[in-house]
Amino acid sequence: MNSANYLYLSALLFTIGAVGVVIRRNAIVVFMCVELMLNAANLSFVTFSRINGNLDGQVVAFFTMVVAACEVVVGLAIIVTIYRSRRSASVDDANLLKR
Amino acid sequence: MINYALELGQTAKPEALLFYILAPLAVAAAIGMLVVKKAVHSAILLAWVMVTLAIFYIAQDAAFLGIVQIVVYTGAVMMLFLFILMLVGVDSSESLTETIKGLRWIAITASIGFGGLLISLLGRASLGRTTAGLADANSNGNVEGLAQLIFSDYVWPFEVISALLITAAVGAMVLAHHERTVKRVSQREQSQARFRSGSLAAAAGLPGPGVFALHNAVDVPALLPDGSPAPSSISATLKARGDMLDSTQYQLDNNDNAAEDK
Repeated sequence: MNSANYLYLSALLFTIGAVGVVIRRNAIVVFMCVELMLNAANLSFVTFSRINGNLDGQVVAFFTMVVAACEVVVGLAIIVTIYRSRRSASVDDANLLKR
Repeated sequence: MINYALELGQTAKPEALLFYILAPLAVAAAIGMLVVKKAVHSAILLAWVMVTLAIFYIAQDAAFLGIVQIVVYTGAVMMLFLFILMLVGVDSSESLTETIKGLRWIAITASIGFGGLLISLLGRASLGRTTAGLADANSNGNVEGLAQLIFSDYVWPFEVISALLITAAVGAMVLAHHERTVKRVSQREQSQARFRSGSLAAAAGLPGPGVFALHNAVDVPALLPDGSPAPSSISATLKARGDMLDSTQYQLDNNDNAAEDK
């Protein structure tokens, strides 16, 4: 099987994640879609590592996972803080600067 | 299981079978993530996509990353997501009205364009290229190979990542910190307030449920010395649910009469 199939899958998952970020209104779901995009990028790192025959891609994918974990911790803390003050987890309600 | 998956990865045909079974399922779950209404269902579908990706990593000779994917993503990150969902409210269902008119269709059209561009680009870029495979790089084992790279060429990024992790942990603590707007009432002040409220009955504290009644269950109100039930001895939750029993039926004199009748 051609390894490029994994790259096509990765591109598909990344696109689906990007659509989710735009159309969903719940901040937690938006965040999960960002995670999906990061995972799709990781899949292409691993695939490129295999295509090129060295492990650098896997090391970068490993670093991406650590960064994603940091991002989840801080992002969810922000969502909880917003929820505590505004009683809503919708991205449309966080418009304090507007009015 | 892992050895079996690794064997699958090394032979072309079973890997293709694995791919063609799991990849459509992953894409279906990812699309399902966008269309389901409840955030919990999205989380479960995302967990499935992540498990699928872990299987793909293992099939592509990245055994370490496959395990880390399951432990870190489906284990830690998704649990964190579910935890926050429970905290924020599981059934806070999202309003599906569009705030920007036609946003959904614009997004879908743009994404079809973007995805088509990405896929056609990939098709052109990787056509005719042979896969080198990781048999050489993994000859000492996948974990050993990764460790060698991380602690030699990538040792500086590795140190920076550790600083990032500490920063993220401190940042989460700062964000979760809750400043009190009013002073906390101490036990001493509560006690003084009870004694100065005028009635000494308030200072004595409330009776526990079931005191002097025939049953000392939590849903039976205590009987006061004059034989009347005290609803204040029952937890407010039970009262609101309507689970409070009528303790007059358990009054001692009624039961004594019953025993005499027998």
